[in-house]
Amino acid sequence: MELNEFVTRFAEEFDETPAEQFKADTVFKSLDEWGSLTALSIIAMVDEEFEKRITGADLRSVNTLEELYNLIQSK
Amino acid sequence: MALVKFNNIGIKALSATVPQNVVKTRSLTDYYTPEAIEKFIEATGIEERRLVQRDQCASDLCYKSACQIFGETDIKREDIDALFFVSQTPDYKSPGTSIILQDKLGLKKSTLVYDVNMSCSGFIHGMLMAYSFLQSPSFNNVMVMVGDTLSKITSVQDKGTGMLLGDAGICCVIGKGEQYGESFFSMNTDGSNIQSVILPAGGSRIPSSEETLKVKEYEDGSIRSLEHVIMVGPDVFSFAISELPRDIKRLLEYAGKSIDEVDKYAFHQANDFMTNYIVKKSKANPDKLLHSIQKYGNTAGTSIPLCMVHNREEIKSNDIILMNAIGAGFAYGTVLLNIADCKILKRQEL
Repeated sequence: MELNEFVTRFAEEFDETPAEQFKADTVFKSLDEWGSLTALSIIAMVDEEFEKRITGADLRSVNTLEELYNLIQSK
Repeated sequence: MALVKFNNIGIKALSATVPQNVVKTRSLTDYYTPEAIEKFIEATGIEERRLVQRDQCASDLCYKSACQIFGETDIKREDIDALFFVSQTPDYKSPGTSIILQDKLGLKKSTLVYDVNMSCSGFIHGMLMAYSFLQSPSFNNVMVMVGDTLSKITSVQDKGTGMLLGDAGICCVIGKGEQYGESFFSMNTDGSNIQSVILPAGGSRIPSSEETLKVKEYEDGSIRSLEHVIMVGPDVFSFAISELPRDIKRLLEYAGKSIDEVDKYAFHQANDFMTNYIVKKSKANPDKLLHSIQKYGNTAGTSIPLCMVHNREEIKSNDIILMNAIGAGFAYGTVLLNIADCKILKRQEL
């Protein structure tokens, strides 16, 4: 999965935040909708799409969508 | 731990008691926005929970459940050879609550008792202890109680647990009989994750003090003290969806059964999102999954048996039940057993 596709899939896990707000350099933890429940959705999405496990610590260790994408690729 | 198989041991009777006090999730608008509440309900399924009054303990809920078994089945007090009380909220730090319950229930003095500190996997851990003892000819009936009053160690303003956790107490009697056939257990521990679910202070490591009782606000907006339980939901979820489907597969292979041969899944009621994901990843039939979280929330170790009591009309004699749970630690496991002549009694209130 390419980075831009990952950004689109990431955005789909959010109900209220408009899709255009999601870019590779978006600091996802600063979004109003970011929280424990959206974190679960992202962990599940990565499990399904990449068949890789990301942890809560992984999510805490990165800031932007691109950093998260790179972290997933490195696993 | 190794996979374990037992022959001719099973659950004879099961009962559950919940507090009368109902707390509706939508009533918590002093602490959460209506939007946050709706989102929480949609993800977890939790519409309401039962929370104890200050003077009620987990052992009171378990005691009432035990009395129901003695009152409504042919199991007698003198039949009980051992009693295990599994809880994170015992009556006292010492003595163990199982000792108190032996006397309160009028069980014989030759009864062996243990307190066991386990969280959400408490029921399957307690069952494995009972099954193990029942392999000895000296034991014929073992009482397993699981009870927790998590509301006493939870901050309603904690984002991870404030709307999630509920109180309950269950009792079951496990005994011997050819009708039970084979049962299979897989139990596992990965203690490298203790910070993911922990009650940090009030034990020997960080004793209770004025400082540990002070309520503070954290980065995510949670307000709690060090004597309130912390649960880092994403950590639990990430571990659970990775390891639990694998454990289910391992146990089914050991038992020589396919997931389609299982009649009902009684999984720990952690939250609907997680339970449904584990079912999907295990290629299990979601119609066979028993639910009760809507009415009680996540009640830790009591949630599997409480779910069975809540769905007692659905469970038929000779149903093959698959149980699965993960708790603090992480401690986790899977159980496959046959429901034979088990008396699943109607849920009570206290």
